[in-house]
Amino acid sequence: MNSSSKHLWSWRLLTFVILFLIASSLWIATKKIDYTWRWNRIPQYFFYHAETLENIPFDGRVLSIKTSGSETKVVLESEDGEKQTVSVEPESLQVAEGDSLFEGDSIGSNSEWKAGPLTMGLLMTLWLSAAASFFGLIIGLVTGLCRVSKNPTLRSLSVIYIEVIRGTPLLVQIFIFYFFLGTVLDISRNVAGISALAIFAGAYVAEIIRAGIQSIPKGQTEAARSLGMTATQNMIYIVLPQALKRVLPPLAGQFISLVKDSSLVSVIAITDLTKSGREVITSTFATFEIWFTVALLYLLLTSVLSQLIAWVERRLAVSD
Amino acid sequence: MIKTVDLKKTFTGRGQTVYAVDGVSVTVRSGEVVVIIGPSGSGKSTFLRCLNGLETLTAGHILVDGIDLADRKTDLNKVRREVGMVFQQFNLFPHKKVIENIVLAQMTVRKRNRDEAEAKARELLKKVGISEKEQEYPSRLSGGQQQRVAIARALAMDPKIMLFDEPTSALDPEMVGEVLDVMKNLAREGMTMVVVTHEMGFAREVADRVLFMDQGKLVEEGTPEHFFTAPREERTKLFLKQVL
Repeated sequence: MNSSSKHLWSWRLLTFVILFLIASSLWIATKKIDYTWRWNRIPQYFFYHAETLENIPFDGRVLSIKTSGSETKVVLESEDGEKQTVSVEPESLQVAEGDSLFEGDSIGSNSEWKAGPLTMGLLMTLWLSAAASFFGLIIGLVTGLCRVSKNPTLRSLSVIYIEVIRGTPLLVQIFIFYFFLGTVLDISRNVAGISALAIFAGAYVAEIIRAGIQSIPKGQTEAARSLGMTATQNMIYIVLPQALKRVLPPLAGQFISLVKDSSLVSVIAITDLTKSGREVITSTFATFEIWFTVALLYLLLTSVLSQLIAWVERRLAVSD
Repeated sequence: MIKTVDLKKTFTGRGQTVYAVDGVSVTVRSGEVVVIIGPSGSGKSTFLRCLNGLETLTAGHILVDGIDLADRKTDLNKVRREVGMVFQQFNLFPHKKVIENIVLAQMTVRKRNRDEAEAKARELLKKVGISEKEQEYPSRLSGGQQQRVAIARALAMDPKIMLFDEPTSALDPEMVGEVLDVMKNLAREGMTMVVVTHEMGFAREVADRVLFMDQGKLVEEGTPEHFFTAPREERTKLFLKQVL
């Protein structure tokens, strides 16, 4: 081991010690307020085992019971001779052959794994951000192109759009979309939420795209035009491919922001990750644990996204 | 082939008006090699860029094959495919492989199919002597190789005229030769060429006619022999004394 890597190790150790100190001071602080951590309550809000009871629909008796593998088939016969088969899980069986039963008596139960509110919320957040990113990219691309267009009307319209959106808070925009546009145009809250996010992101994407287009040297356009390409062909084949490659890192940042900003749509009662977290807290009072978990889940989404974009970036780097 | 009539191009900025090209009338005949020389800022590059409509003219006329570029109804894209241009900074498309650089405009502008365009590209790459680099990206090529690809790219459009805007000025000295050789071959094959350059050797050897420009004006024109041995104008003599 050479001396420089020895140094590196001691710095790493220091980093570790600092992180440890922060964590332990947080732990001590929560000890002082008598907070009982109940991390064991969290997993059931991701997935839970739902049990459904199977009841006899009539007065009657148990004709036969057959168990094969993980399924027990119970044949029931009513007083009028009507027959019915119910299958339950073997361990939950509560009756024996020949038993007389009254309507509504339980025979056994079936159970299955179901996604809990945190998982559903995570999926909702994922869907909201994916849809908003997609439309945001399209809006941004179109607006960015208008922004650099020669047509004064297109240029001013895009500037006004960008300035209005960037100059007002997203939370207010979401309220306007939901209460005003939602009422006037009769759109659902999900559509209102996704549109608000997409239009918000679009304004930022437009500026990123514009910067990308303007960063491509003029010589590229001149070369394309001197070959007889039209302005549109130049944009499609020469300028945009190079510009998009350059703006990938800032675009990644914008989409990561969008995932985080999507938490704001919980104010219009869309059950995204944040709102699910709040709902779980009302039934568990595990406030600290839930918020930490929710934060961790957002972190998971954003880091997957940034890895994905880093991968695309590496693939596009072949021509450098 | 090309005829300019009292061509004027002005740039305005910060309240000043600069006469980049100031009343130049020139005729370039088919198959002729015309070399434009002059001190920097003399408007020779601007003049060249006017010839394929990269600069819009302020006044005057440019007739390319009888079509007036100053006419608003002229489709510049149609004129440009007949006029190839090679730039000082090569301006290859960095995101495309060498062969794609040459194929792209053939397919989008000339509407050739891919096989045809690739065959043409390979033939031209062979002609400029870099067949083995067709699958490389431009950034992997030396300056001289890049400029030769740029020449091949322009030639792929089957232009009637080739414009060269200081094609060797951005090159390392040892690469100037390979690019000039390609240009000399072109001239020998009878291509109509207008070349802005500082390579006096090239002008002397290849040019049919030499134009000397200064401060946007055409100061003197003539055959290379006349030009390099017995220039008339004082300004030309001064310039030649400095560069030769």
